[in-house]
Amino acid sequence: MVRIGAFLVGLFFAGWLLISFLVGAVAYVSEPPAKTVEHEFHKHPKEVDFSFNGPLGKFDQAQLQRGFQVYKEVCSACHSLKFVAFRDLQGIGYNEAEVKAIAKQWAIKTPDVDPKTGEMSTREPVPADYFPKPFANNVAAAAANNNAIPPDLSLMTKARHDGSAYVYSLITGYQKQPAELLKHFPDAKTPEGLHYNPYFANLNLAMAPPLTADGQVTYGDGTKASVDQMAKDVAAFLTWTAEPKLENRRRAGLATIVFLLIATALAYMSYQNIWADKKKAA
Amino acid sequence: MSFPWAEHYTPKHPAMQWIDEKLPLPRLVYNAIGAGYPVPRNLNYFWNFGVLAGLALVIQIVTGVIMAMHYGANTLVAFGTVEQTMRDVNAGWLMRYAHANGASFFFIVVYLHIFRGLFYGSYKAPREMVWLLGLVIFLLMMATAFMGYVLPWGQMSYWGAKVITGLFGAIPVVGEPIQTWLLGGFAPGNASLNRFFSLHFLLPFVIAGVIILHIWALHIPGSSNPTGVEVKGPQDTVPFHPYYTAKDGFGVGVFLILFSILLFFAPNYLGHPDNYIEANPLSTPAHIVPEWYFWPFYAILRAFTVDFFFVPAKLLGVLAMFSAILMLFFLPWLDTSPVRSGNYRPTFRKFFWILIIDVLILGYCGGAPAEEPYVMISQIAGAYYFAHFLIILPLISRFERPLPLPGSITESVLNRHNIKGEQDALPGMGADPQPSNAG
Repeated sequence: MVRIGAFLVGLFFAGWLLISFLVGAVAYVSEPPAKTVEHEFHKHPKEVDFSFNGPLGKFDQAQLQRGFQVYKEVCSACHSLKFVAFRDLQGIGYNEAEVKAIAKQWAIKTPDVDPKTGEMSTREPVPADYFPKPFANNVAAAAANNNAIPPDLSLMTKARHDGSAYVYSLITGYQKQPAELLKHFPDAKTPEGLHYNPYFANLNLAMAPPLTADGQVTYGDGTKASVDQMAKDVAAFLTWTAEPKLENRRRAGLATIVFLLIATALAYMSYQNIWADKKKAA
Repeated sequence: MSFPWAEHYTPKHPAMQWIDEKLPLPRLVYNAIGAGYPVPRNLNYFWNFGVLAGLALVIQIVTGVIMAMHYGANTLVAFGTVEQTMRDVNAGWLMRYAHANGASFFFIVVYLHIFRGLFYGSYKAPREMVWLLGLVIFLLMMATAFMGYVLPWGQMSYWGAKVITGLFGAIPVVGEPIQTWLLGGFAPGNASLNRFFSLHFLLPFVIAGVIILHIWALHIPGSSNPTGVEVKGPQDTVPFHPYYTAKDGFGVGVFLILFSILLFFAPNYLGHPDNYIEANPLSTPAHIVPEWYFWPFYAILRAFTVDFFFVPAKLLGVLAMFSAILMLFFLPWLDTSPVRSGNYRPTFRKFFWILIIDVLILGYCGGAPAEEPYVMISQIAGAYYFAHFLIILPLISRFERPLPLPGSITESVLNRHNIKGEQDALPGMGADPQPSNAG
């Protein structure tokens, strides 16, 4: 009984799947699915040589500080960094006094209740504060940015495939829409107010090229601030904001694996030892 | 214990004697995982995965309980509290990554455990109950993993919850009320998150309970073995401790090394980047995919694209997806061959490997976007999946001519080690030397 029932159920599911396959195959052959413009022109991130690439790579602290400077002077005008606090900056090599100064001089103030009147007001951030958001809310953010809300950047490099390279590629990837594209997809012309960028998932993004000229930021450590360098630095900085514990993790991992290799070798020897008589005398 | 040759517990230390008289817990441990549990001496490494699955559950419970101490089950803060755990809690990143990757490793070892059971016919009499309880654990794991994935309240959490609960919406008439009831609203929201958290915390302990039943049921007939020939006497067995505790110790070491490689050096490799974007009900991700361990079933769900008269394709997909797992409950009665081990079943073995490749293909298609050619491939692969269990397997067990079985476990071990003596007992064993009440 069980087997007859099973046979019928199996026949139904397998049979209907094969029929669905035939229907799909006929449709596929008679009317092949149209290629989409994203499918044809979207590009994967460029290969970038970051110091933290590879399983044992480490952050380059000078680069993180430069990247922070790019964020501070360029990105922070529109993009929040809501999961990062000023105190976290000690992790990229600033001392307590420097962090205090950075917080105090931050262009955007932290919203708070006025201790005297109880009214909403703002105050200078302190190291314990998270980076204040550039816009009061999403409506304000959309209103100021052609209806697109600039995303928070704290986790950006983990929220995209190959995120560090993605950020670098996106920032340096703006270009004129290729003639080839317009020839094949005349409807896909970049709309007014958007910008063509093949590294962006749907090719047109609201953000204008943020880094446009060499020397847009003046680095304190004398590094030449080419657009390429700035893009790389800010991508590195955002890798750190997304994964501040990266170096701790890799260090802990190395120690753990060395320990486990020794422990497992010992476990293997004791296994062999205990079984020796059973395997030999069998 | 049911083995007549199982050792009886005789406490040596007076303290143990005292405890054992009042509460026979030492006796239970001794007979469950101690020297009082005789186990076939010829188990291969595939028999390590039960213990490893137990270890994986312990890792999940320990890391999960710690994570729960820092988690806020509220849609406004859930995503942020997980991030805070990663950044500001001591070793929080370790707990979080161990929990997320621990779920994957739990499924890896459980899939290998099921694979072992399928190949060596462990589901056959007299171990049907072990198999059935194992499937209950598997279902509970899937429910737990699904709800756990919702908790970080990222984009995939939200949209995954929406798609999976939407499956119930495919049921005619009562579907939508059921979906609303499950979610506590019309879309995933605070009510859903809270109940998922509550159940996600509860279910692992239910799993632990069913594991106790699973092991209990296993101890009635005792463990199976790679020959599928039943234990015939004490010479066929070794005590679980120290022989298999030592072997499991080595297995645990290898497991932890592989786990650590992923956990410390590629913790996001198996995750989806979209789950690092906070849930946004107004923005649908380009491709909604579940975690990798659901991919084969997700492929079956999406493979049904044509309505069957008045039954919509979506409902067929839902029925097929649930059937793909539920039909495994009937496996002990579908595979009626009295020979357990695939080693002695030449035809079964060929189809078994086709099934494994088929499931891997389904998995690949389930992770791919719902486009051609992936849908067409999953239709073929899905058809084979159902045909394998429901049509091919019952037929094989009827017509296959199995290879001769060894007379006993000891004999097969001796044969393997190529030691002279007792050789005359080897040849000429019939195809079915063991009494079996399978079928």
